[in-house]
Amino acid sequence: MSDRILLDCGSGGRASHRLVADLFLKHLGNPELNRLNDAACLNLKSPLAMSTDTFTVDPIFFPGGDIGSLAVHGTVNDVSMLGAIPRYLTCGFIVEEGLETDVLARVVASMGTAAREAGVLVVAGDTKVVPRGMVDKIFINTTGVGEIFVDPTPSGDRARPGDAILVTGSMGDHGLAVLSTRQGLAFDTPVVSDAASLNHAIARLLRAVPEVHVLRDPTRGGLGTTLNEIAESSGVCCEIVDEAIPVRPEVRDGCSFLGLDPLYLANEGKFLCILPGELADAALDVLRGDPLCAGAVRIGTVTDAHPGKVVLTTRLGGARLLTMLEGEQLPRIC
Amino acid sequence: MHQTLLRQFRDPELCHTLLTRLRAELDGELRFMEVCGTHTVAIFQSGLRSLLPPQVVHLSGPGCPVCVTHESEVNAFLDLAGRPGVIVATFGDLMRVPGSRGRNLKSAQAEGARVAVVYSPPDALALARDNPGDTVVFLGVGFETTAPTVAGTVLMAREQGLSNFKVLAFHKLVPPALEVLLSDTEAGIDAFILPGHVSAVIGTEPYGFIASRFGKSATVTGFEPVDILESLLFLAQRRRQGRAEVKNLYRRVVSDTSNPRALEVMNRVFRPCDALWRGLGRIPDSGLEFTDEFEDVDAKRRYGLSIEECPPLPGCKCGEVLRGRLRPDQCPLFKKACTPAKPVGPCMVSTEGSCAAYYKYQVE
Ligand code: SF4
Ligand code: SF4
Repeated sequence: MSDRILLDCGSGGRASHRLVADLFLKHLGNPELNRLNDAACLNLKSPLAMSTDTFTVDPIFFPGGDIGSLAVHGTVNDVSMLGAIPRYLTCGFIVEEGLETDVLARVVASMGTAAREAGVLVVAGDTKVVPRGMVDKIFINTTGVGEIFVDPTPSGDRARPGDAILVTGSMGDHGLAVLSTRQGLAFDTPVVSDAASLNHAIARLLRAVPEVHVLRDPTRGGLGTTLNEIAESSGVCCEIVDEAIPVRPEVRDGCSFLGLDPLYLANEGKFLCILPGELADAALDVLRGDPLCAGAVRIGTVTDAHPGKVVLTTRLGGARLLTMLEGEQLPRIC
Repeated sequence: MHQTLLRQFRDPELCHTLLTRLRAELDGELRFMEVCGTHTVAIFQSGLRSLLPPQVVHLSGPGCPVCVTHESEVNAFLDLAGRPGVIVATFGDLMRVPGSRGRNLKSAQAEGARVAVVYSPPDALALARDNPGDTVVFLGVGFETTAPTVAGTVLMAREQGLSNFKVLAFHKLVPPALEVLLSDTEAGIDAFILPGHVSAVIGTEPYGFIASRFGKSATVTGFEPVDILESLLFLAQRRRQGRAEVKNLYRRVVSDTSNPRALEVMNRVFRPCDALWRGLGRIPDSGLEFTDEFEDVDAKRRYGLSIEECPPLPGCKCGEVLRGRLRPDQCPLFKKACTPAKPVGPCMVSTEGSCAAYYKYQVE
């Protein structure tokens, strides 16, 4: 194979075949994919959860992960948040002409590892190569399907007054890791992305405590945005306590240096769980038994005080709103 | 700053002690204005605002450089963005500030203008180095805090022989604006909390007139809750004693004297000029323009930009808010026609703007 991806590789001709055989089947292969039919034959029981996401992260390699594993984790997590066991993934690649074949191979290999760990099969895929400059190196779309195993499913509109709000660990790690790599900033303690597939942890949680009302992974927009979405769609107030929200010291420092708020930074390996208050301790016990959720804590309570709003109790004991972010977080003038 | 030191300045117990002492010291309504947008945000973000005694009336001043950037200046940015061969380099905050017809740099960018968000003036210089065929124009907005860095970057550009780096300079100076505010009897400002960052450059001496001519007290202070509470306590004490004083309570960062290096660089590259402030109008000697030695860097001259005074956006009460005459939530457009998603005025755009702070943080 040539050491760079050429336009030919997306042509459907021999070059594409080589790419498929040497690269995609090698890392992602499984009996269904290996048949190379026009469509995959899936063996699923209804009801199903389905989700799709497109990954354009820049840089494509960052501390703690890369665009390939992220494309698996992201969709696996989205499917899981509905109380489903993710089973199958499809992936579509848009590759910039001239990308080193090695880079693509590393990305695909990392997807393979992530998929195996999550226990999902990649059953269909597609690659397009576009002229230089039309995309930035590589974009990946993944679609996932999974079998729902709880009824009713957790949903953003099911938070009720009296519910406890839990998070499974520190906030902002992924967002700051990506941002600081993009800006070429080095901190004393390196910040590492938390990207991980959460499906096993969620299955364990829901088997033990099926009464969970809401599950969400606070990705883009972070905890602040996610809580606001929940408060709005459930018509309740999320009251959270700043001191209880876990943020790593190095993330807090990096954020204060850049003028960013960790509560708005993306997470790719944490989730938020809202459930009846009396079940909070049981849920925390189960969660803390999973290495990915070892830092699980309760950060607040759902009330009816200010419907549709998120109210934060500060370290001083004052109260303020935590609103949805308007657009991207931008570093300030001074 | 060292994190443990920072934590002391956020210590909840110390804050509550200071709050009790402040309550005891108050002899009536204390209308204080914090000049700096970072203070505005700090007061809200820490939750301090919800804890202040009701007699302490908190007014947000014109201390955010984004908020005071005049409509006509934004029009000049927009006039420049999209010209062939021009890359506009700016801090992110300016992207969404509306000009007189509601357009902003974000819309200009969507229409094809080349706009780069940079984190510092030297980043803009690097951009010029990487794009020798284009001219990079940096939007020089900010107070005494940012002007020396911009001036330093202009000197660097000259040393490196980069003639494709220009600056559209709309820097503003804080003390002249305070004079205008103090002369406004309607706002009835009793005391000021002054930005530490500005004093790190100019020292405290230029603020002396607040006490000597207007008989009001002011403190230069840091951005932590303990800093702000100590300042309020000091201001309340002085008033009860019937004395006016300008005091630096931020000695851990700011010395009383100016930073001569920074001032020298700033004064070599810039000289004072009249400037237009959003909401406050034209204030003599409150802006900075290039000295003759650096006229080749001046984007205004290079592109023949005229700064035409244009009326404020209809309905916008930013002027009243910036003067402390009106609380943001008293503006009829607040949360209605004017939200962070569709800001009518810059006080709603800027992350440090007072309307945005009310919108974002005020619980009810
Ligand atoms: S520019 Fe500096 S002085 Fe002005 S509001 Fe921002 S932090 Fe304060
Ligand atoms: S609410 Fe909007 S229009 Fe009113 S003062 Fe604030 S920014 Fe200006």
